[in-house]
Amino acid sequence: MNALLLDRIHFAFTVTFHYLFPQLTMGLALLMVVMKLIALRSNDDRWNQAARFWAKIFAINFLLGVVTGIPMEFQFGTNWSEFARRTGGVIGQPLAMEGVFAFFLESTFLGLFLFGEKRMSKLAHFGAATMVFVGSWISGFFIIVTDAWMQHPLAYHLLPNGSYEVSSFWKFMLNPWAWLQYAHNMCGAVVTASFVVAATGAFYLLEKSHQEFGRLFLKIGVIAGLISCVVQIFPTGDFHGRYVAKYQPAAIAGMEGLFRTQKGAPVVLIGQPDENAQKIDNPLVVNDVLSFLLYGTTSAEVKGLNAFPRDQWPSALPLLYYSYHIMVGLGTWFLLLMLVAAFLLWRGKLYSARWILWPILLSFPLPYIANTAGWMTAEIGRQPWLVYGLIRTSEGYSTHVSAGNALFTLLGFLGMYSVLSILWIVIVYRFIRTGPAATAVEPEPATLTAV
Amino acid sequence: MGFVWFWIVAVMIAAYVVLDGFDLGVGILSPFLGRTEDARRTLYRSIGPVWDGNEVWLLAGGGTLYFAFPLLYASSFSGFYLPLMIVLWLLIMRGVSIELRMHIDHDVWRSFFDGLFFVASALLAIFFGAALANVIRGVPIGADSYFFLPLWTNWRVGANPGILDWYTVIGGVVALVALATHGALWLVLKAPGELEERARRAASTLWIALLVITLISLPATIAVRPSALANYKAYPILFAIPALVVATLIGMLSFTKQRKPLAAFLSSCLYLVFMLVGAAAGLYPTLLPSSTDPARDITIAGALAGPHSLHVGLIWWSLGLVLALAYFFTSYWLFRGKVTAEAGYGH
Repeated sequence: MNALLLDRIHFAFTVTFHYLFPQLTMGLALLMVVMKLIALRSNDDRWNQAARFWAKIFAINFLLGVVTGIPMEFQFGTNWSEFARRTGGVIGQPLAMEGVFAFFLESTFLGLFLFGEKRMSKLAHFGAATMVFVGSWISGFFIIVTDAWMQHPLAYHLLPNGSYEVSSFWKFMLNPWAWLQYAHNMCGAVVTASFVVAATGAFYLLEKSHQEFGRLFLKIGVIAGLISCVVQIFPTGDFHGRYVAKYQPAAIAGMEGLFRTQKGAPVVLIGQPDENAQKIDNPLVVNDVLSFLLYGTTSAEVKGLNAFPRDQWPSALPLLYYSYHIMVGLGTWFLLLMLVAAFLLWRGKLYSARWILWPILLSFPLPYIANTAGWMTAEIGRQPWLVYGLIRTSEGYSTHVSAGNALFTLLGFLGMYSVLSILWIVIVYRFIRTGPAATAVEPEPATLTAV
Repeated sequence: MGFVWFWIVAVMIAAYVVLDGFDLGVGILSPFLGRTEDARRTLYRSIGPVWDGNEVWLLAGGGTLYFAFPLLYASSFSGFYLPLMIVLWLLIMRGVSIELRMHIDHDVWRSFFDGLFFVASALLAIFFGAALANVIRGVPIGADSYFFLPLWTNWRVGANPGILDWYTVIGGVVALVALATHGALWLVLKAPGELEERARRAASTLWIALLVITLISLPATIAVRPSALANYKAYPILFAIPALVVATLIGMLSFTKQRKPLAAFLSSCLYLVFMLVGAAAGLYPTLLPSSTDPARDITIAGALAGPHSLHVGLIWWSLGLVLALAYFFTSYWLFRGKVTAEAGYGH
């Protein structure tokens, strides 16, 4: 294994593990604000208790998001130093802004939100929850702006020393790619949180404990889940997909497994791409649909991979194809599940319909997979570029860090994150076991997560 | 512009050292002061609501360094690859140990995380001190501005040094003792009763060690890096900085004896600041000196990002700092006063 491959696996592994936590906390932050708002408007203390219960789960996930997030910022320099040197003048900016504008905000108001309920008015506590939400969503924005510039670089110019600089701060921040990706990504975070909340509710109803809270969780989880699942597909997914088709046509061709340019291009529902034979094995296709989705007419021409030189094809083609199909397939399942659940909720039958509670419970890991697959689609689709059209991935890594050293630290992270996973599962399971009813206002907890 | 950003980054690093410094110090002292479960809980409670915010200064400072001096970030982060990765692991272990020990009410579980908290805190202090000493000593920067340092070679400071040699180990010990003292003075401020007394005695004992190691580190620095004196000779006013280091050292002890814990803690903050400022003043305008050829030094001018980014950056950074300070004062004000062990334990 060479250093380049190891550095890629290093970043891919650490960022994938890291994003298990923010996708829940960003979505949960919004749902906690909604819970606090309902509590404030209805004076129903059960919603405060619900918010306190989820705050505990939020806190442990936030902690793991923080400790696994620090390595992300460091790795630009440690494993991707040439990339860092050339692009620091551009993407160093949002990364520094994330620290200054988001992390300070989040860490302060999370402390107030978790510890301060007794010290402040109900309205102020609602305000603290809102600030935690704002902080986490600002944080997400700066990361997406960074990634969007790598996907779709604009508003830059090249300096004599070979590095890039932002030529217009506002154009950089208002990169259309960033806003489309942000909308799609944050919506995905709400899907994860909704499914986790709904699944916990389903679990309580199925095991017939904490049923009062089980019903609250199901209600808010299913309603938020339905809204976010719809918005995830249209407009955010649809608009984002069209933009990708415009600026990264090779990535779209790879995602769809479209080897040849054609009019009335089909959508492949299932099938296995064969890169050498340049065809899909065992295909199940619907004709014309891809042309229609991307260009609004069934006869539009869609560029296939044969329109691009081989050295500009996404380098891990089958993985790109599967990532995209898993994302879309799961997204479809989420929508169906939530439509049925929301219908039953409306008819007042959801809480006793065990046949739907079971799939809701079992589906909670799936949004994590879908969000991960979505990010894999974006980042593998960008290959072989590190910054699309500007810097190839093979030009960006730290050539002075040997493969042996990169493997050493990769193994270290694998080991450490295995332990973190176990601790995470044990602690979250204990919280769910204990249940929300036991959650009184704690006078003065010792640390962030021990609420 | 380079001057401004040099000091912006320096201020953020100093803020990190002063703020996360005391909670690292509490970790270093935890096995010695936390003899009972009540005492240990008080230790954790004294840093519980603030440690995470303190650590943000490291992230914000690192991000700002990346933004303002991309070449320095790229070169030093890849060159210090192994120690930085170890620092990351220690930061993970430490954060987890602070937050998870309370979750399961079991002696073995808590003891494990107490041990982890101590080891990670102590090693982090040593690594941070050694890192700064590496920057002062210089590294073998190549013609392409990159380098790679192993953890150790022959423990000498010659042309082919490792991260650890006799000089950087001194740097590590300075940081260990200084942050332990800093943490002790924080505890005098925050802990009640007997723990406060124990912390005060620890601070007095550690103070002697701090005085000795500080006095060793100054001539050692001049021996390792004679050119560090060049700025001082050109601007003799800079000799006020080491004088202030000594003054704050004296302040730490005498305010402790006079039972003015806040003044003693602030003296310790200033001690750390002046130690860092003294190092920065000796380096300026070099950011990372080369141990082989001064022409390969990474300087402010050589590493600075483009002018447009930096101008825009100055606007948002100023705004962000005002906000950060507002949060900071809110948080410390709300959690002011002594902590106790009893309230709020458990879940």
